[in-house]
Amino acid sequence: MILHPGILALLLGSILILLLLLVAGGVALRILRHWNADSGSATQLQLERQTWLVSTLLKYAFGFQIVTLFLFLFTLDEIHPLFVGAMCATGSLNANLVGWLVLLVKIGLVFAAAFWLAVNYLDQRTEDTPLVRIKYVTLLLLIPLVALDLWLQWEYFSGLRPQMITSCCGSLFSAEGEGVISTLAGLPVEQAMPLFFAVVLLYAVLLLASLRWRAMLLRTLLFVASVLLFFVSLAALVSFLSLYIYQMPSHQCPFDMLQGHYYYIGYPIYLGLFMATLFAMLPGLCRPLATTLSLDEELKSSEPVWLRLALFGLILFLVTSCWQMVFGPLILLGY
Amino acid sequence: MILNVKLLEYSLSSLWRRKEKNIALIIVYALVIATLGSVLLLTHALKTEAVTTLTAAPEIVVQRTQGGRHELIPVTYAETIAGFPGVGKVTPRVWGYYYDSLIKANLTLVGVEGYHEQLELLEGRFPQAADECVIGAGVAEAFGPQIGDLLVLEDSSKRRSEFRVTGIFRAASNLLTNDLVVLQEAALRDFFAMPAELATDLTVQVYNPREVSTIAKKIAYFLPDSRPITREELLHTYDSLFNWRSGMMLAVFISALMAFLILAWDRATGISAEEKREIGILKALGWETSHVLGAKLREALLISLTAFIVGLLLAWLHVFVLGAPLLMPLLKGWSVLFPTFDLTRVVDLYQLAVLGCVTIIPYLACTLIPAWKAASSDPDDVMRG
Repeated sequence: MILHPGILALLLGSILILLLLLVAGGVALRILRHWNADSGSATQLQLERQTWLVSTLLKYAFGFQIVTLFLFLFTLDEIHPLFVGAMCATGSLNANLVGWLVLLVKIGLVFAAAFWLAVNYLDQRTEDTPLVRIKYVTLLLLIPLVALDLWLQWEYFSGLRPQMITSCCGSLFSAEGEGVISTLAGLPVEQAMPLFFAVVLLYAVLLLASLRWRAMLLRTLLFVASVLLFFVSLAALVSFLSLYIYQMPSHQCPFDMLQGHYYYIGYPIYLGLFMATLFAMLPGLCRPLATTLSLDEELKSSEPVWLRLALFGLILFLVTSCWQMVFGPLILLGY
Repeated sequence: MILNVKLLEYSLSSLWRRKEKNIALIIVYALVIATLGSVLLLTHALKTEAVTTLTAAPEIVVQRTQGGRHELIPVTYAETIAGFPGVGKVTPRVWGYYYDSLIKANLTLVGVEGYHEQLELLEGRFPQAADECVIGAGVAEAFGPQIGDLLVLEDSSKRRSEFRVTGIFRAASNLLTNDLVVLQEAALRDFFAMPAELATDLTVQVYNPREVSTIAKKIAYFLPDSRPITREELLHTYDSLFNWRSGMMLAVFISALMAFLILAWDRATGISAEEKREIGILKALGWETSHVLGAKLREALLISLTAFIVGLLLAWLHVFVLGAPLLMPLLKGWSVLFPTFDLTRVVDLYQLAVLGCVTIIPYLACTLIPAWKAASSDPDDVMRG
């Protein structure tokens, strides 16, 4: 299955990302070994210039990572007709269970890279760049994750066996009909709906409170709430939001909404969810790092921006995902 | 910062100042994109064509094999299959290939039974007598007969048979009828000298799509020398085949991409003395390394996007207007007889996404380090030259 154009593109993309990170990692090692912020030597000057190279490499790698995440979902949808019983991207993932791991690692990578870039942004805005060591050690930790992503992708795609006609007979003897589960069964609607809205409410209250007060406790709670929001929202998307979006009480797929026949509504939904999660996590994550005065100053000016972006993400997510629920003709819960 | 209009203007004028170099680069880049794009567009169009053709195909086609080869199937098998619950109509089909030495092409001769529903007639009527026939648009073009003219073919014992053309086909999909000659079944059996109790294959109609695989299994169980092929399997196979072919071509052309990337790397690394001076002046004016880097990367992005659009247009023209003369023989495979059929003009987002990933990402990745090298040069060194 490797010789599918989309799969080739994905593998090529992952190899390039790995190469970019390896170059960045090489520079990071040099920086970690020789970095001395107090020195004015030529080496230090050169190292300071190289930090720009690293952050640019990472920015691009992160951008490519997002693109390949969507291309991965796109490809899954494209290849599903090759598998008996598969109806959408979920079916392609079920055809070789490693696929779920690939998806997990890819999402994890996108978050990790975004955190790294946020910390890097803060650090580069200060004069004394106090976070250099933490930054470059975590960068080195990202490399194995990217390599894992590439390897898992290879395992997934090379393990796919599309059903084809063989020379003696049809394939029907190899595939046992619709043995593959093609939809995800979610939580029951009655429980999922209150849970989802409770978490959204909790998150929104904490977000607004964080915008008003600068207490550390609020940031920590918001961090927890946004992680909760991410997973509960994914569950809600599978459990009932997708039903409203497709207007079909049996279609529970989190991937189909990314397709053209649903007007690509999935993109704003996932973008909103991603922004709401990421930007609400950042204050809680960066505060413990802000040990110096310069960083604290930077954080003070960045935090409100992040929180507003998170709020915007939440609104985008809620509007696009719940629009059909409020205004659509499908009624899921009887009254 | 990327959206800053003034900076964009600066990047554009900077590109324009070195237009010979950049235009040459864009041309080569666009040609690479056009090559890869043609492969993707063409396979997608052929796949769409095959899928439209197959939606009209019967649920199951049953062939007989003997010694691993396709053999004529006894018509009595049709009755056995028609006895299974859930099976609708079972139709024995008579068809075969005919090589015409005059136009040097293969024609497909089919008996009118079993084909009726699938084809829509453009003009004329179906054959009603033994010496009448209906032909595909491609056949009409190659031989030149119109409705009412005679089509002359040589049968298996080299006797001359004349058929009067009563209609010319134009089906939803060209691939299906282009090389078709439809005769009455008895006339065709006579032409091929095929005994009345045998047929080429059987088509089986199944009412419930979920029962197709069960019925196919039953057929294989009760008629062990038969080979049932379901429509789904045909679709899978075509899909895999085209994916494999285009993937193969892509893998071959990626070497061309590599060669281009080396060129691009080289171009980006070897910046001219004038360019170095420019960077030096910018830095002396107060630009930081990150600003120069941003400008350089914006230039790379502009080149990429321009080349992508130009390349995509070229690919579109090559595939859909010219009919992909450079790739068709490699990709099409099954019908070298009438190479000029109109491809369905479809470009979907997925093909564009794949093309973008394969071409833009590597180019950007490969200009990153040279751009940084240029941007981090010391203004003092550069100005002194």
